[in-house]
Amino acid sequence: MSGTSATLVRGTADAVAAGPGVGSAGPADAGATDSVTSARAGLARRFGSFVWGLIEPAVAIVVFLALWEIAPRVGLVDAVFLPPFSTVVDALVDLVVSGRLADHLGASLSRAVTGFAVALLVAVPLGVVIGWYRSVSVLLNPILEMFRNTAVLALLPVFVLVLGIGETSKVALVIYASVFPILLNTISGVRTVDPLLVKSARSLGLPTYRLFQKVILPAAVPTIFTGIRMAAASSVLVLIAAEMVGAKAGLGYLITASQLNFQIPNMYAGIVAISVVGLVFNGVLVAVEHRLSRWRGAQQ
Amino acid sequence: MSSDPKLRLEHVTKRFPVRGSDDTFTALDDVSFDLAEGELLVLVGPSGCGKSTLLDLLGGLTAPTSGRILLDGRPVTGPGLDRGIVFQQYALLPWRTARANIEFGLEAEGLPARTRREVADHHLELVGLAGFGDRYPHELSGGMKQRVAIARSLAFDPEVLLMDEPFAALDAQTRESLQDELLRIRLETGKTILFITHGIDEAVYLGQRVAVLTPRPGRVKTIVDVDIDRTVDDVRSTEEFRHHRHIVWTELHSETDPAAGSSHASAPLTKVVDHVRN
Repeated sequence: MSGTSATLVRGTADAVAAGPGVGSAGPADAGATDSVTSARAGLARRFGSFVWGLIEPAVAIVVFLALWEIAPRVGLVDAVFLPPFSTVVDALVDLVVSGRLADHLGASLSRAVTGFAVALLVAVPLGVVIGWYRSVSVLLNPILEMFRNTAVLALLPVFVLVLGIGETSKVALVIYASVFPILLNTISGVRTVDPLLVKSARSLGLPTYRLFQKVILPAAVPTIFTGIRMAAASSVLVLIAAEMVGAKAGLGYLITASQLNFQIPNMYAGIVAISVVGLVFNGVLVAVEHRLSRWRGAQQ
Repeated sequence: MSSDPKLRLEHVTKRFPVRGSDDTFTALDDVSFDLAEGELLVLVGPSGCGKSTLLDLLGGLTAPTSGRILLDGRPVTGPGLDRGIVFQQYALLPWRTARANIEFGLEAEGLPARTRREVADHHLELVGLAGFGDRYPHELSGGMKQRVAIARSLAFDPEVLLMDEPFAALDAQTRESLQDELLRIRLETGKTILFITHGIDEAVYLGQRVAVLTPRPGRVKTIVDVDIDRTVDDVRSTEEFRHHRHIVWTELHSETDPAAGSSHASAPLTKVVDHVRN
């Protein structure tokens, strides 16, 4: 949109420049005045599209929040079960001011980040080895397939039974949920590395560990990152579920505890906090990914 | 021939097992030739003459079934920085800039960062890409990518430069200008170069000698001395160029003549003729 208006402006500027050169003939003058007005119109349009560019992404969210605000107030839904958005914001502010939100957020984040980091440290090297060495792949693939197809939440009671209701079981669950997306994407990333790059590096006499470090891993980074983002989403999901089932702190706990105590605005405040956390998590990963794959340029 | 060749192939034979049977497939059969120091030898042959196999052997990525490859009198036992390979598809690391790609081989050599940068910049200049060091491969044209690849292979100063149809993927004009570049670079660096191609014109234009290979199994049929004056304008139109071109063409063509080979040979025939027309 801004592209077309830019060329429009450039086009009229040319016309203005050409105007006097054409001579004093009537039609040429008229053409010049026309182009001046249309240049102004073009500028206005460009300004308009700039402002719209700022507003556009927010429109849907604003409409959604407005609906949320209005629906309970006009009695479309029961204000007790779905308080207006402003009430939820008030509750959220109270939670922030009292420091309770920070406690819950801290508890959830430390579990998520710890589990995620461990998953990364396990899954990437394992994925490289499985993707590169066929024999390892043949050996491990059946059991990996079995675990991968076992829904994580089905294992929740097992984790609680074995690891207790403390931090360990929750972190372990996050690890479990994050490992598979990262592992599978690393494997496929390693397997699809351009064989010519490998051959070229081999012909330079690079030892295998250097080959991994300098060719295979960098080539697999974009695919690995797809897995990392999937893992981030599923680890948040699993973590919240685990905190709902048994915990003394965390955003999941905040939500269920608020519900049980009938502090409905607090419950929604917790939900809003989770969605913000998810957005920020994803945003950070997208930024890192973008930075690591600048070399792909136009292909993206 | 010089008594002390840079690169010597002695009766090199390579057979591969055929999957699902006890037979073997002979890719290269008793291939022998020498490269003198500073010489540019071109191998020309149709598909199936074992060019890729030969390159893997020279690169040390596989070992010959029998025979030996000697570089400076020492047998080749594995990959190493004494040989630089330039591939048809450039094989540049897409996440590295042109300069960092050239530095790749130097890292394998363990040079300090500052020296690497100096050597890389020098070679960027050598291939006419000074000022392009910070570009990523996707920001470069095919011809520029191949220049980077050549610079990368020259940067670690190999004894021999092996080039595997390096200009085949380029358009005709870029190809001709890179051929001239290669001749100039060779004069500047004095490198020994083994150049593989299926283009007869390219072979005659570049090679001091042209080895004609035959397919299935790959054999050296003959080696043609190309003794032409390359200092004149438009060498390709001169009488002596056409004369040498015709000799190479005849050698290639006679091999795939239906009268000379079995019915199996007729498949590559059309291919060769196509290449010749190109």
